[in-house]
Amino acid sequence: MLDDRDRIFRNLYGLHDWGLEGARKRGAWDGTKGFIEKGRDWLVNEVKASGQRGRGGAGFATGLKWSFMPKQVGDRPHYLVVNADESEPGTCKDREIMRHDPHLLVEGCLYAGAAMAAHTGYIYIRGEFVRERERLQAAIDQAYEAKLIGKNNVHGWDFDLHVHHGAGAYICGEETALLESLEGKKGQPRLKPPFPANMGLYGCPTTVNNVETIAQVPDILRRGAAWFAGIGRQNNTGTKLFCISGHVMKPCNVEETMGIPLRELIERHAGGVRGGWDNLLAVIPGGSSMPLVPAGADQADTLLMDFDGCRDKKSALGTAAVIVMDKSADIVRAMARISYFYKHESCGQCTPCREGMGWMWRVLTRMAEGRAHKREIDTLMEVTTQIEGHTICAFGDGAAWPVQGLLRHFRPEIERRIDLYTANPHPEPVVAAAE
Amino acid sequence: MSVRRLAEPHLQPKEFSFTADNLAWAKKQIAKYPEGRQQSAVIPLLWRAQEQVGGWLPQKAIEHVAEVLGMARIRVLEVATFYTMFNLEPVGKYHVQLCGTTPCMLRGSEELKKVCQRRIGDQHHVTADGKFSWIEVECLGACVNAPMAQINYDYYEDLTPETFEKVLDELASGRTPKPGPQIDRQLSAPVGGPTTLKAQG
Repeated sequence: MLDDRDRIFRNLYGLHDWGLEGARKRGAWDGTKGFIEKGRDWLVNEVKASGQRGRGGAGFATGLKWSFMPKQVGDRPHYLVVNADESEPGTCKDREIMRHDPHLLVEGCLYAGAAMAAHTGYIYIRGEFVRERERLQAAIDQAYEAKLIGKNNVHGWDFDLHVHHGAGAYICGEETALLESLEGKKGQPRLKPPFPANMGLYGCPTTVNNVETIAQVPDILRRGAAWFAGIGRQNNTGTKLFCISGHVMKPCNVEETMGIPLRELIERHAGGVRGGWDNLLAVIPGGSSMPLVPAGADQADTLLMDFDGCRDKKSALGTAAVIVMDKSADIVRAMARISYFYKHESCGQCTPCREGMGWMWRVLTRMAEGRAHKREIDTLMEVTTQIEGHTICAFGDGAAWPVQGLLRHFRPEIERRIDLYTANPHPEPVVAAAE
Repeated sequence: MSVRRLAEPHLQPKEFSFTADNLAWAKKQIAKYPEGRQQSAVIPLLWRAQEQVGGWLPQKAIEHVAEVLGMARIRVLEVATFYTMFNLEPVGKYHVQLCGTTPCMLRGSEELKKVCQRRIGDQHHVTADGKFSWIEVECLGACVNAPMAQINYDYYEDLTPETFEKVLDELASGRTPKPGPQIDRQLSAPVGGPTTLKAQG
């Protein structure tokens, strides 16, 4: 288990003071001036050396992303944008950072700004997080008052930080949709290229990072890249906030080392699967956009919770939001509900997504009741592959993968329901009638 | 995608303009963004307009925001209909947004839906006393505290049908129940106390 001393978010549960004084006691804002003075290249290289990969879902190397920003500031200013639009079902980690350790985020923004020569940063927080927004704003106000950020601050890098909020749109978690929304438009993703590092906010060079990614940076700098790189496995370094929800005894958030076995994670911190490990049906390891991993010796039993470990099981770490389902779960209905989520949240820009989401949801809803033909399972699979990769943003992929995961691992269950329904022709759905 | 339209004409107020306080606040919001980029403030301004009206966004408010920001009306209308937190028709004094996405569904949000249905009625319906309305929403980002509902600005978490009813009872009688987990639990820590971070202060 990760030692408490190696944890970054030491106020994860809000037991201590979130404010400037409390944050300073936990080490925040210490040595900041020295790090800024070492310059842009040092900051980027240090984060590169730590091996940190983005914590928002895609897992792109943070230092490398920062290095894409133009070396010289031209006519166009550089911008840092922090993605706090946490909406991936199962994920609730950034919320804890913003309400309990906001100064780590504010401090991280200053480093990120200095590392990419940006004097302005925007934090885009989802609209529903009203209290979290108030808390974050309060922390920023404290930082301004203490001259930690702002013009002519004590650290020698002018940096203005603003909080901006959305109003309920999952798609604004996609970085270009977020930029559109920040510009005051509908949140519809942009075609890439040009990438935000060239043409981002207001057509200026911009880098978008996740809250957790940025909030880890101060500790990476203070304790050294080698410390962070020494936790976890190669290419999967550092600590990670895990959100364990669903059918476990004690759902919780916890910071653990990358690469912790799924079983250890659940049993040590979440009180185990309801009814014991053998009662596990399936787990979604990385938020609803990722394919599920079923129970089994070569599946969930041996799943290591990091980028490569999840990829080995044909899933992905995503946001590290572990959704656990035990054998009492109606897996087909659960996945149909995820499809409904995607239907509701599609921005409507690309036809395969706009039309495909509703279609998948309707077919899955019928399949959950057994009201389908077996050949429709193949049709459904075919449709998911026609959505995947054929949309402007990754939303289409994220909606297709969970359905593919279901069909890959639970096809017999769908067929069983179809058989049950056809054997008992009556107007009510089979499952409801059987109860 | 959801199809969202403005409320019926007979529900629409005849006019809307920001109060002096809100207008001053709006100017401050606009100042966050570079010169000429005042359009960026459209979501915060629409949100403030919704607050001023009492929870929903009439057509006149949308037009007023367009005027304040120098935007074409259609651009503001696009934004108001795209983002689902803008209520386009009147809501109750306590607007319950019940999360129904899979993590909450696995932990019993469907039972909570029945409570809303019984106590309040159909979605979008406002009770006769004007106090309550409810809708099912998508993931609100409190999944380890599922099932949960957002009532106005606050999250009520770890609900059961009984505790949910209690929360609604309290609100109905004019009191404000304590937000957060409705069971004995420190926010997102495991029930029974954290498994980590036990030593340090």
